[in-house]
Amino acid sequence: MYDRRLVIITGHYGSGKTEFAVNYAIKLKEQFDNVIIVDMDIVNPYFRSREKRDLFNKEGIKVVDSNIKNVNVDLPALPAEISGAILNKNAKTILDVGGDPVGARVLSRYAEDIKSIEYDMFFVINGNRPQTNTCDKAIKYLRAIETASGLKVTGLINNTHVLKDTSVEDVERGHELTKKVSWETDIPIRYESALEKVVLNINNKEILEKIFPINLYMREDWMS
Amino acid sequence: MAKVLMKGNEAVGAAAIKAGCRYFFGYPITPSSEIPEYMAKAMPEVGGVFLQAESEIAAINMVYGAGGAGARVMTASSSPGISLKQEGITYCAGAEVPCVIVNMMRGGPGLGSIQPGQADYYQSTRGGGNGDYRTLCYAPASIQEIVDYVMLAFDKADYYRNPVLVIADGMIGQMMEAVEFKDREKIELPPKDWATTGTGGKRKPNKVNSLYLQAEQLEIHNKRLQQKYKEMEENEVLYEAYGLEDAEVVCVAYGTTSRIVKSAMKLAEEKGIKTGIIRPITVWPFPYDVFKEIGPKAKGILAVEMSGGQIVDDVKIGIEGRLPVYFNGTTGGMVPTPGSILASIEKIAGGTK
Repeated sequence: MYDRRLVIITGHYGSGKTEFAVNYAIKLKEQFDNVIIVDMDIVNPYFRSREKRDLFNKEGIKVVDSNIKNVNVDLPALPAEISGAILNKNAKTILDVGGDPVGARVLSRYAEDIKSIEYDMFFVINGNRPQTNTCDKAIKYLRAIETASGLKVTGLINNTHVLKDTSVEDVERGHELTKKVSWETDIPIRYESALEKVVLNINNKEILEKIFPINLYMREDWMS
Repeated sequence: MAKVLMKGNEAVGAAAIKAGCRYFFGYPITPSSEIPEYMAKAMPEVGGVFLQAESEIAAINMVYGAGGAGARVMTASSSPGISLKQEGITYCAGAEVPCVIVNMMRGGPGLGSIQPGQADYYQSTRGGGNGDYRTLCYAPASIQEIVDYVMLAFDKADYYRNPVLVIADGMIGQMMEAVEFKDREKIELPPKDWATTGTGGKRKPNKVNSLYLQAEQLEIHNKRLQQKYKEMEENEVLYEAYGLEDAEVVCVAYGTTSRIVKSAMKLAEEKGIKTGIIRPITVWPFPYDVFKEIGPKAKGILAVEMSGGQIVDDVKIGIEGRLPVYFNGTTGGMVPTPGSILASIEKIAGGTK
């Protein structure tokens, strides 16, 4: 994983940002001692990475989130330690940002700090979401997120899925879409993420080069 | 049309527009805020009206106005917001204004929490407003069912000239699933010749009103309403049920909890316990008759709800005292686990309480 020390994960809401961020943190922990995940989602009170605090504790990953210690509140409170996590040269830090431009706006509070260091900002695309299922629509969201955050997207992530029913075709269609977005914006594709069981059936070499297999940590067993 | 991935709240908006709804009045509240958010964006694209009202009360009264003028109209909120709308809902019922009201329920009472709940069952099935009225009430358990029943709700509202509720818990509002917008069977609907659309100088003005100062006239009106509710009870009951004939334990649950119950039933099966489920899709009218299909091996009924046990009353009415009724519930925004439901099933199957 050759990404920069600070990795910011953005996208349309429902694109799978948090699921990717959780998987990314766990993967990163296999290679680095000091991994911090910052839950910056102050928009949506459901399905946030802080719900997985126990999992992160077990894995030895530090979690930073709202300083109001309750997974369920929707008060937009950000603790001072976020700045520390961003600037800490000894840590690999992941910022799991809220969805849409409105979720990304919180980044502008830290934009000057972030611009002073090396960072990657990923834009997660799910081609099965009606709001980002064409190149134009996806780019509109990408640019709006850049404007709201004051930061530049440095990599695209194809995360096209229909949850547990995802097929190889979904990943391939998402790949074509993400390729178009990459072509239009000159932003490289960084990862192609897919469920582990789907990865086994992918033959497309372009996809396999950048494959990032994921587990569904955020979905309960009874969810589809 | 291919399947797309949608959040429950977005699906509410998309389904309403697909069903011809062109007016949405609402006030944002977690966990249903994405409904007005979606409508704010989508309504102008189809030439419809989205209006963020100054309050929940204003929103439901705007619904009364638009519905009275014959438009397909919707409002949506979460528990405390729906409480505020109760006066407007009984006015709509009294004046026979068709409209659709969506409640993404959260933990209560009072302001409660923003996490999922099902404790608005009494309010939804018994009516939170004054007077003798009833509202057809759908309780979808998946995002696909949100789409299907929100669309159906508009037809039924027009057919009966009555408010129709769609209740789901916050989890379904926030959860994402694949959905398909299927072509629907066309229902023959009566013309809206009662609507206040202007006389054109050709007829007497229509009136949409729930005020009847003459007691005799109000009783005539009410008897007609009661007749309409009876028709709904006879024709609109929807449910899913299986495993009733040889079940040792029959579970009753709707919405999110019915899905967790189904997980628990699989765990029970692995332990050799036979279970069945009754999942009301309409919570009013409630599927009382299906309880007659429960076989002789049943030892008890287990009701599961994210509440203090509100559905238990209807389960008792349905089982008519033939079997003991037990309850497993969570409140405040907590979601039950398959493990806890399995434990209840095991206790009942073992014959102890």
